[in-house]
Amino acid sequence: MIPGPAKAGFRRFCRASYRPPNMSLTRADIENIARLARLELTETEIPVYVDSLSKIFAFVGELDRAPTAGTDPMAHPMPGLAQRLRVDEVTEANRRETYQHNAPKVEAGLYLVPKVIE
Amino acid sequence: MSAPAPTVASLARGLAEGQFSSVELTRAYLERIAAAQPSLNAFITVTGEAALKAAAEADAARAAGRAGRLTGVPIAHKDIFCTEGVLTTCGSKMLGNFVSPYDATIVSGLRAAGTVMLGKLNMDEFAMGSSNETSYFGPVRNPWDTQMVPGGSSGGSAASVAARIVPAATATDTGGSIRQPAALCGVTGIKPTYGRCSRYGMIAFASSLDQAGLITVSAEDAALLLGPMSGFDPRDSTSVDSPVPDYTATLGDSLQGLTIGLVREFFDKGLDAACEQRIRDAIAVYEKLGAKVREVSCPNLPLSVPTYYVVAPAECSSNLARFDGVRFGHRCDSPKNLLDLYCRSRGEGFGAEVKRRIMTGTYVLSAGYYDAYYLKAQRVRQLISADFARAFKECDLLVGPTTPTPAFRIGAKCDDPITMYLNDIYTIGANLAGLPGMSIPCGFVDGLPIGLQIVGPHFSEARMLNVAHRYQQETDWHLKTPSAFA
Repeated sequence: MIPGPAKAGFRRFCRASYRPPNMSLTRADIENIARLARLELTETEIPVYVDSLSKIFAFVGELDRAPTAGTDPMAHPMPGLAQRLRVDEVTEANRRETYQHNAPKVEAGLYLVPKVIE
Repeated sequence: MSAPAPTVASLARGLAEGQFSSVELTRAYLERIAAAQPSLNAFITVTGEAALKAAAEADAARAAGRAGRLTGVPIAHKDIFCTEGVLTTCGSKMLGNFVSPYDATIVSGLRAAGTVMLGKLNMDEFAMGSSNETSYFGPVRNPWDTQMVPGGSSGGSAASVAARIVPAATATDTGGSIRQPAALCGVTGIKPTYGRCSRYGMIAFASSLDQAGLITVSAEDAALLLGPMSGFDPRDSTSVDSPVPDYTATLGDSLQGLTIGLVREFFDKGLDAACEQRIRDAIAVYEKLGAKVREVSCPNLPLSVPTYYVVAPAECSSNLARFDGVRFGHRCDSPKNLLDLYCRSRGEGFGAEVKRRIMTGTYVLSAGYYDAYYLKAQRVRQLISADFARAFKECDLLVGPTTPTPAFRIGAKCDDPITMYLNDIYTIGANLAGLPGMSIPCGFVDGLPIGLQIVGPHFSEARMLNVAHRYQQETDWHLKTPSAFA
């Protein structure tokens, strides 16, 4: 379980901060988005993203004008095709050691992270 | 070997006729790569030793009578493709130390066809960019003028083919990342149909849009290399099981009776007047070759950029969640707790544009915004796709400009993401609809190359390559080489 805001708090955040497209984002918005995205931002980065994300959302706000009534969302880029499924069978060999060569910290075949349970 | 503009086709012929060996050829290209690296920065990793070993094996296979069409031909891969035992960075600090444990399917396919890998090419970080300026490893420079960008995200692929320091390169295209740099560097680029080439081992950016493809000198070269890259792959759940034709077999077909559509919305006020003239000149060549030309309209196409900047960031925010500092990639020093480990590893490992897109995507997918942005964009995407389907009832292929202007100066568009995003205004539509697209050189404006874009119906690669090849038989724009690299 990823530590972070409680579910009820998260929903409250989303409701409280809802605003129609085209409105400017605030510093608090950027901090909340960064927290959801698990990105630490520096003090100098925050105002840059307040500005550029506000511009991006003003720009994508153009989509409001599109006549989409009665149009289904496009689920797959190829018409008539859906995501192919496969049988739930083991097909790959165990290559744990090879894969763990790229891990920042391993011990006894385990990936190490800071202590989660006190 | 000093000829400046050899094609894959001519090199394959030279190898077959014994004019030179693969080892000689590979050594010559490695020298050209080393000489150009300070001015172009096109490579992230050069695999010289492995290349010479593979070349020697190719020569041995030829001596033993086991050579195929491409045996011994050197190529390079965009650093987004996993290559076993070789650094695979995706242009990011996040993967600055990542040695791939396996090969991408297209990498093993091209190796099985006999090609020799020269190394890994620079690119915008995680393929997010239109100028190659977002790479952690520094910008690639345009060989026609090193003050200019090469385009992106496959900037290393396009610049290296343009400078003839590699005969051909793999590339990927999510919103124009093959066609736009191909246009700005004066080379040929093909983005196949969504699902045509396997994406197993290709680092994901936006999974409903990403497709692997090629940057080459000529359409004939693209036809030679596309076959071994194509076909069904059970390891990619979006791979389409559709027969792969011999793309070289139909290159010379007549264009008599072909109907070419000019999309009205591609000739908008944003298109530079001199660029438009080059495109009109190219269309005149097609009329001379017997094609009929008619105007068609895709009224929703002007909404493709805002649609893309909802869909692509949404998918990127999900795909890039895997970079958590635990199993691979960058990890911050002395994390206080798990949350700190995630946030600082990602904050430090990703560059500014990648973070911008992750946050854009996180926002549009968050509760309360999903309908307003993501579902709305997917509905507009359906309209754009339907526009193309309607257009293809009236014509066989669409042609128009690849980009609104020639290459721009390095640094010119870094401060305003929207201006940068609008570079892809003519290319994004094909990705949204899953269609194949090409860009071929069609002239110069102020000494910088211009690209003609060709977009076809799903799985029309053979016809598109034929149409591109016939143009390249009538013109020699694709054979022009920047004087500094001649």
